Amino acid sequence: MRSLHAFAGGVHPLGNKNTDVLPSIHLHGFPEVELLMQQHIGPPCTCVVKPGDHVDVGTLVGRADKPMSVPIHSSISGTVKEVHYVVSANGAPVEAVRIESDFKHSINPFCRPPKIESFEDFIQMIRDSGLVGLGGAAFPTYIKLNPPKNKMPDTLIVNAAECEPYITADYRQICEHPDDIIDGIIEVMKWLEIPKTIIGVEDNKPLVTRIFSHELKKRVFKTGRHPDIEVRTLKTIYPQGAEKMLIYTLTGRKVPPGKLPIDVHTLVMNVSTLRFIGLYLKEGVPLTRKRMTLDGSALNTPGNFIVPIGARIQDIIAAAGGTREEPKKIIMGGAMMGVALDRIDHGIIKANNAILVFGSEETTLPPESPCIRCARCVASCPMDLIPCGIDKASRLRDPAMLEKYHVMDCIECGCCTYACPSKRFLTQSIKNGKVMVRAERARAKQEEALRASSEQKGGSAPS
Amino acid sequence: MKLQVSHSPHVRDKATTSSIMRDVIIALLPATFAGWYYFGVRAVFVTLLSIVSCIGFEYICRKIMKRNNTITDLSAAVTGLLLAMNLPVTIPFYMVIIGACFAIVVVKQMFGGIGNNFVNPAIAARIFLVIAFPKAMTSWTLHTGSWFSMKSVDAVSSATPLTMVGTKEAPSLWDLFIGNKAGCIGEVCILALLIGGLYLLIRHVIRPWIPAAYIGTFLILVLLFGHTNLLHAPSGDYTTLQAWTDLFYEACYMLCSGGLVLGAIFMATDYVTSPLTVKGKLLFGFGCGVLTFLIRYYGNMAEGVSFSIILMNILTPHIDDWTMGKPFGEVKENAKA
Ligand code: SF4
Ligand code: SF4
Repeated sequence: MRSLHAFAGGVHPLGNKNTDVLPSIHLHGFPEVELLMQQHIGPPCTCVVKPGDHVDVGTLVGRADKPMSVPIHSSISGTVKEVHYVVSANGAPVEAVRIESDFKHSINPFCRPPKIESFEDFIQMIRDSGLVGLGGAAFPTYIKLNPPKNKMPDTLIVNAAECEPYITADYRQICEHPDDIIDGIIEVMKWLEIPKTIIGVEDNKPLVTRIFSHELKKRVFKTGRHPDIEVRTLKTIYPQGAEKMLIYTLTGRKVPPGKLPIDVHTLVMNVSTLRFIGLYLKEGVPLTRKRMTLDGSALNTPGNFIVPIGARIQDIIAAAGGTREEPKKIIMGGAMMGVALDRIDHGIIKANNAILVFGSEETTLPPESPCIRCARCVASCPMDLIPCGIDKASRLRDPAMLEKYHVMDCIECGCCTYACPSKRFLTQSIKNGKVMVRAERARAKQEEALRASSEQKGGSAPS
Repeated sequence: MKLQVSHSPHVRDKATTSSIMRDVIIALLPATFAGWYYFGVRAVFVTLLSIVSCIGFEYICRKIMKRNNTITDLSAAVTGLLLAMNLPVTIPFYMVIIGACFAIVVVKQMFGGIGNNFVNPAIAARIFLVIAFPKAMTSWTLHTGSWFSMKSVDAVSSATPLTMVGTKEAPSLWDLFIGNKAGCIGEVCILALLIGGLYLLIRHVIRPWIPAAYIGTFLILVLLFGHTNLLHAPSGDYTTLQAWTDLFYEACYMLCSGGLVLGAIFMATDYVTSPLTVKGKLLFGFGCGVLTFLIRYYGNMAEGVSFSIILMNILTPHIDDWTMGKPFGEVKENAKA
């Protein structure tokens, strides 16, 4: 069935899904991995290993002892070499554990399929597995699956849109493991008592729709009843996979600014996240490997690769076939929202789903020219903002004007920058604007507090 | 290994400022050629002079102000071409240069160059010329003499169709449509203008909101309040076919004469001086339509297009403020929070 709602805006970048027919390849034999102690949105984990310790695949390395944090497990077997601080790809200092491989791939003997008897068990199991949202957001899944009791979801939305150019990791996930995905969906529906699931697939991936329909038919055959899972095709447009856009196109519900999907009783999960739930229930090995797309004109053999978390980007590129020309730009994530790296010795984290290695033909940085008010940014903004106005306010460093233009509602999708004929760095300047507004809000709050306290102390303070 | 670091997104659309300007020039070509065909070789020279002087003034200005050179973005060429489209063929050459100077130096560069002018340079220059040289700007010729005539003074003067409405000499609708009439170089051939407009729409350079609202509003007003209008038929009532023909004849006549189509498609849609949102664009077009109607029917000028557009240009920042929508998902109850 097709979806009826369509959000305004969006852009049509070239799909460049060059790797969608290539089966994923497991990469092994990395000499070492570097595990960051913060791979999720939330406080970092506490490192529980020290140099010299032996670890197996699945051994706990970072303990999650604060709310919102998720444990981190070793992705290879070997010896801990170093616990030190490194600069992450986002530029923040974080603690990291360097593990040298013994090339044995021995799995921790304590990893076995979990037994789940209650909802609490389920949530604990999700947390222990180290799972975060694998679509890129890295939000702790156990928090998402444990909403406040007055806000239980009535619909589970499975994000199989994968609207970023180049990336085909979810696509391959679906082609290769549809059964695990459906298992994951059924588990989530069962424990959260969600009556209905909608899988959203862009209409440029008809195979995905067929695979899911076939898989669902198999279930009917096996269990005698059709699970309440529906596959719907969506228009191919970026950012169709953005949570708010996806919810609107599939259910007609709009998530208000500053609110979460759960506020409109919807749960959105990525296919890879669900597949991991299905797999973990069967095998009990925590999240230690990640499927990612490697693409870009500088690579010899683009494709999808399953790599241990923490593997260094340079090692992954080498193991995946190396480069055929000197890379000019390396992007962690997709072409629309990914981060361009200045070093490539970072260890990958759980939420990474692509590395793009651009050669000279894709690496262009056209100079900015003045805004001609063509309104393409306005027409392309899925959040119905006025990007050129925010850009102006941000460059004028005017927090009041930024607020007037609702700068905080921007989802940083990059559509406006993509569309701008003057090649202005709108998304970047909007991000700067958000920082200014946050600072201004904090300052106003502080002032307010100061005034309140001074009024309390001396009621007759001279005004 | 030296890696380029830049903010996302890392892919960009192909369109650039100069590719858009190039498309506008291409879209104006049919009307330009039609103008040359009807008005002869002098029109060719007026057009080229206007374009060359606009580019020249842009170059000199940027040099003097020690700013980067912007003639390659082609916006000065577009201004020059649009200005020529709005001039009568008989205009003395020095006036063309004065107009170009006013458009580029005063209206565009003194306000900061491309993107910062608050009125359309070509329209402002045309209005400036109309006020400064009213006679030269309102003497029209029909193409009667030799195609190669370069003289400006001995051309046969003629009234524009707008001043002839209802009279015996009024040209036929077909002549109005294909451009066989007196008027400015670029405004006569409606057919060519429509072809250009279609090209702009197909290439996504403009969107239909402004031209549609402009022309739509104007036509509705003419039908309701024109000389022969829906409320009052000259032949009594609307039971005869003739009465309906008269009604639509006037509407079509008004549409095809003067600079309405040129203005609606090429001048009112100027990015810099028109609103950003769809709502704003509709409002802008509506305003232009109302003003053009009022000036044509109740003002003492025959032509109201340039004045209407320039007035709405001035209102554009306010329209942008009024029509700024709510972000996606914003609902009434949490609009305040
Ligand atoms: S797309 Fe670029 S040039 Fe066009 S209005 Fe937006 S910022 Fe200005
Ligand atoms: S980056 Fe922000 S402003 Fe730009 S299109 Fe996306 S949501 Fe709109």
